[in-house]
Amino acid sequence: MKELIPYITLAPLAGFAINGLFGWRFKNKQIAGVIATLAVTVSFVIACGLFAEMMSAQPEHRAVHYKMMDWISVGNVNVGISYLIDQLSIIFILVITGVGALIHLYSMGYMKEDPGYARFFTYLNLFIVMMLQLVMADNYLLTFLGWEGVGLCSYLLVGFWYEEVKNGDAAKKAFIVNRVGDFGFLVAMGVMLAAFGTLNYAEVASSAAGLAAGSSILTVITMMLFLGCTGKSAQIPLFIWLPDAMAGPTPVSALIHAATMVTSGIYLVARSNILFALSPATLTVISIVAVCTALLAAIMALFQNDIKKVLAYSTISQLGFMFLGLGVGAFTAGVFHVLTHAFFKACLFLGSGAVIHAMHHEQDMQKMGGLKKYLPVTFWTFMIATIAISGIPPFAGFFSKDEILWKAFSQGSPFLWAFGAIAALMTAFYMFRTVYLTFFGKERFDAHHHPPHEVGASMSIPLIVLAVLSMAAGLLGVPEILGGSEKLHHWLEPILGRGEEIAASSLGTHGEGLEIPLMIISVVLALIGILIATRYYKQRTTLVEKERKLGGLYKLSFNKFYVDEIYDATVVQPTYAVSDSFLYKIVDVKVIDGIVNGLASTAGALSSVLRKLQTGLVQNYAVMIVIGIVVLIGYVLIF
Amino acid sequence: MGVLSVLILIPLLSAALLHFVKNDNAAKLFTLASTLVTFGVSLFAYMQFDSTSASFQLKENYEWISGHNISINYIVGVDGMSLLLVLLTTFLTVIALIGTWNSQSKQIPSLMALILLLQAGMIGVFCSLDLFLFYIFWELILIPMYFIIGIWGGKRRMYASVKFFIYTLAGSLFMLVAIIWLGLEAAKVTGVFTTDLMKLLAVSRSLPLDTQNYLFWAFAISFAIKVPLFPLHTWLPDAHVEAPTIGSVLLAGVLLKMGTYGLIRFNLGLFPQASISNASIFSALAVIGIIYGALVAMVQTDIKKLIAYSSVTHMGFIVLGIFSMTREGLQGATIQMVSHGISTGMLFMMFGMMYERKHTREISEYGGIAKITPLFAVFFAIAMLSSVGLPGLNGFVGEYLTLMGAFQSPILHSWWYSILGSTGVILAAVYLLWMYQRFMLGPVTHESNRSLKDLSVREIVSLVPLVIFMIWIGIRPMNFMNIPAASLNALSDSLTGKTEQPKQSEYQMMSPKVIVK
Repeated sequence: MKELIPYITLAPLAGFAINGLFGWRFKNKQIAGVIATLAVTVSFVIACGLFAEMMSAQPEHRAVHYKMMDWISVGNVNVGISYLIDQLSIIFILVITGVGALIHLYSMGYMKEDPGYARFFTYLNLFIVMMLQLVMADNYLLTFLGWEGVGLCSYLLVGFWYEEVKNGDAAKKAFIVNRVGDFGFLVAMGVMLAAFGTLNYAEVASSAAGLAAGSSILTVITMMLFLGCTGKSAQIPLFIWLPDAMAGPTPVSALIHAATMVTSGIYLVARSNILFALSPATLTVISIVAVCTALLAAIMALFQNDIKKVLAYSTISQLGFMFLGLGVGAFTAGVFHVLTHAFFKACLFLGSGAVIHAMHHEQDMQKMGGLKKYLPVTFWTFMIATIAISGIPPFAGFFSKDEILWKAFSQGSPFLWAFGAIAALMTAFYMFRTVYLTFFGKERFDAHHHPPHEVGASMSIPLIVLAVLSMAAGLLGVPEILGGSEKLHHWLEPILGRGEEIAASSLGTHGEGLEIPLMIISVVLALIGILIATRYYKQRTTLVEKERKLGGLYKLSFNKFYVDEIYDATVVQPTYAVSDSFLYKIVDVKVIDGIVNGLASTAGALSSVLRKLQTGLVQNYAVMIVIGIVVLIGYVLIF
Repeated sequence: MGVLSVLILIPLLSAALLHFVKNDNAAKLFTLASTLVTFGVSLFAYMQFDSTSASFQLKENYEWISGHNISINYIVGVDGMSLLLVLLTTFLTVIALIGTWNSQSKQIPSLMALILLLQAGMIGVFCSLDLFLFYIFWELILIPMYFIIGIWGGKRRMYASVKFFIYTLAGSLFMLVAIIWLGLEAAKVTGVFTTDLMKLLAVSRSLPLDTQNYLFWAFAISFAIKVPLFPLHTWLPDAHVEAPTIGSVLLAGVLLKMGTYGLIRFNLGLFPQASISNASIFSALAVIGIIYGALVAMVQTDIKKLIAYSSVTHMGFIVLGIFSMTREGLQGATIQMVSHGISTGMLFMMFGMMYERKHTREISEYGGIAKITPLFAVFFAIAMLSSVGLPGLNGFVGEYLTLMGAFQSPILHSWWYSILGSTGVILAAVYLLWMYQRFMLGPVTHESNRSLKDLSVREIVSLVPLVIFMIWIGIRPMNFMNIPAASLNALSDSLTGKTEQPKQSEYQMMSPKVIVK
């Protein structure tokens, strides 16, 4: 299988090239969709083959190196386009290509009417290529290539319908905010080079392992890497781009802004687990940022009316959960939640896409209701995914989220656990609110003129597959205390075990015997969330007028705590104002150019004075000569 | 006669021959043929070149001004860095000619002759191994550029061309003084006034330190103006805005690199100690330029001005790389010179194409034209992204390596230069994406723009090679960086005082103390 590794990325690259160069000329534009979907499917099949081979090998022989070619080798920067397929990256590869293929298939139906059909699939394939570089790289720089590459694809796809100004704004915002994070990544690489002289994952990890825990070098590197993660994975303070990114077509939101790209940060931390485990200060920062993000985004999701906005805030919140796991040194738990979240959140987004499709591009849930009978497949798959995200056993989300919460308690603090649990309660509430507003109650739209229609096979198959996975994926990580075998833990042991050990020993563990009680509490909290939603949104339909009566909390939540406005007033506007009215109009034009032009006009003025001496009249020159002689003689006589 | 002299003579002779051509089209075709031949010859030179060697090759040495106590010779030769820049020059001249084929209508034969003269000057600058010869080529370039801006330029062309001329001339006078001074110092030692670079290399390093410092500054000021390094950059926006497209392309693409080339070849080469002691000043100015240029670019409403200020940023990275003096920094600087030539050259050329259709430089006069000219939008997006420094395209390699070089620099000894410089990465996205959005995306804001024509075949032909190089350099940079590697590594190692890279363990031991402050 090893020789097939390059084709994992080459297949979608070929799809990108074919559709990009010739897509606009296809007579039957569906060909573009078929090519793109096939390309990703090829990658998925190869990945499955590799996975099977790895399963049959001994744990220590599972990792495979593959060097495709040299890239940059100058001084210490010595990196190739070379891949490392191991237990960690294969999971991400499978998710990217598997969920990716499903979403490609779904897009063939969803984008059928769009004039930019071929362009869409071109971007989508490029995204898969870049995302694979990110997770397959054996060094930080190649990961960075993918990291920026997925950012580019996100930019292109968010702004896919570029004729609308707000889409262009959202795309630009996504790219720029991400670049703030990328700045951190760059600095981290610089420090690595200065300190270790290498960018290779394995070499950096082994050099780091030789340093004492809490060394300043490691703290700087990990903090800067985490800054990168807050951009890509939408954590405080850089999460602001993700809700706006919903301006892109819905399959994009499912693939990029839920299942894959936004989890890059988790991958990066997990991949660098030794570095992070040795930086307790960074871990603390991560846990605090993560739990705040989880809670804040959950609050913001409470009263959103745009179905995709709810899911966007929910994604931010769930990413917060993943980072909470990482922050308390439970790297496997974080990865586990990436996996389950990929299934149920992709399912939710695709479901919302089906709803939007059926509602003729209406995204406001206030104008929906009663869709259950029109869209049975969509409803049931959406429902399953909702239960999964709410953390009801035995659906997938329960196991992954509960493991994170338990580790937050046992290796973190009761506060982390409590805030996380409250966020979980809110999650259950707003997700069921969404279900009820969308699928239950009276129809708040004109069903006669525009009857909603259920989606076709290319869209329903992905929904069903993802719904099944949302139910079943939890089995990979059933905790031992419930009689499970924690397959994922054993699988990832060789990669993440060392970091988890170091982190656990420095963080300490407490709360023996509380695992089951806490688990019960968190399920109860989720049920409470569901009950509140049922009471206010199913039994009676609470619409926006009544929600408004909540006053301050509603306002804060609905207006997203005014974070965008605050950034605009404190960062964007001042930067622009200073650049325009001070740097450009004063420093550049007045001061620097003023001096330049001043020198020129001084020289000009001086020469116009001197010019007066050159009158051209012989008498004047004669006078000058006489004066000159007198002065000279005087000089000689006196001295 | 060697290949390098042929490279200089072809454009010179062609320029002279153009005197007899009166027909516009014939003049253009003749010039194209001439530049194509020059490009071919430069490829031939590349094939003759041995990139494993750090020494100057393809050398020619003819007696010129010589007496018993004076020896100024015609000496040309290239190392990897100058060869790469020669290739850039010959390539970009061809591309610029094709890309701007129809953009001018008056006095075509004269314009073509001036472009050829300019090309000869640029090649000469990169090949000269005698400082006096170098100075002549350096000044030679001013004349055609002055006329190109002054005759074929925009409304304020007189102001811009005079400013360009005097600004750069003022700088180069310092250099002239320094060259004569160096020659006299050589005369003190050997008894012969010489400007032979090889001989001066032996002289300059044994001069008293403060003399070295004066000479360093005299050269540096003249180069810094050319780069341009903050705060000596204000001639650039005016020159670019007023210059015709082909002038802008060659100005941004090649002329600015003469400054950074000079810094490496002469400042670092002749005065290593002064370079080291002044490294932090120049790096600081470079970093200021990176940030300042980006912020000022952001607020421009004139596209050419915006691209001009973006050059201040990009050239800042190059200067930072140079004064980091690490292998990464110097090689990054060199590849960034090529990259900037290609991407900024392409931005100027593409905007020129749009200007031919619409005749305005104001961004607000455009908007939403991606819908009308989709091919233009795609090519412009690629050029824009390459300028943003997206990994996988050419702009990233140089930017990244210069920053990484500065991080590791034992000369700069601080992370702050590169940390602050890295913010340029954020700002580049801000001003370029915003420009692209206002220019290309959104709804069509001016109905008259609906009749804009998309790229013609000729225009595509001129752009495709640039895109190919963007991707090629982005993915296989070593194909290009191996050319100057040997000479730059040797220079870097001599400056940083090591014969090999530090071993990992040594660095590890010293790193917590030395690097974290």
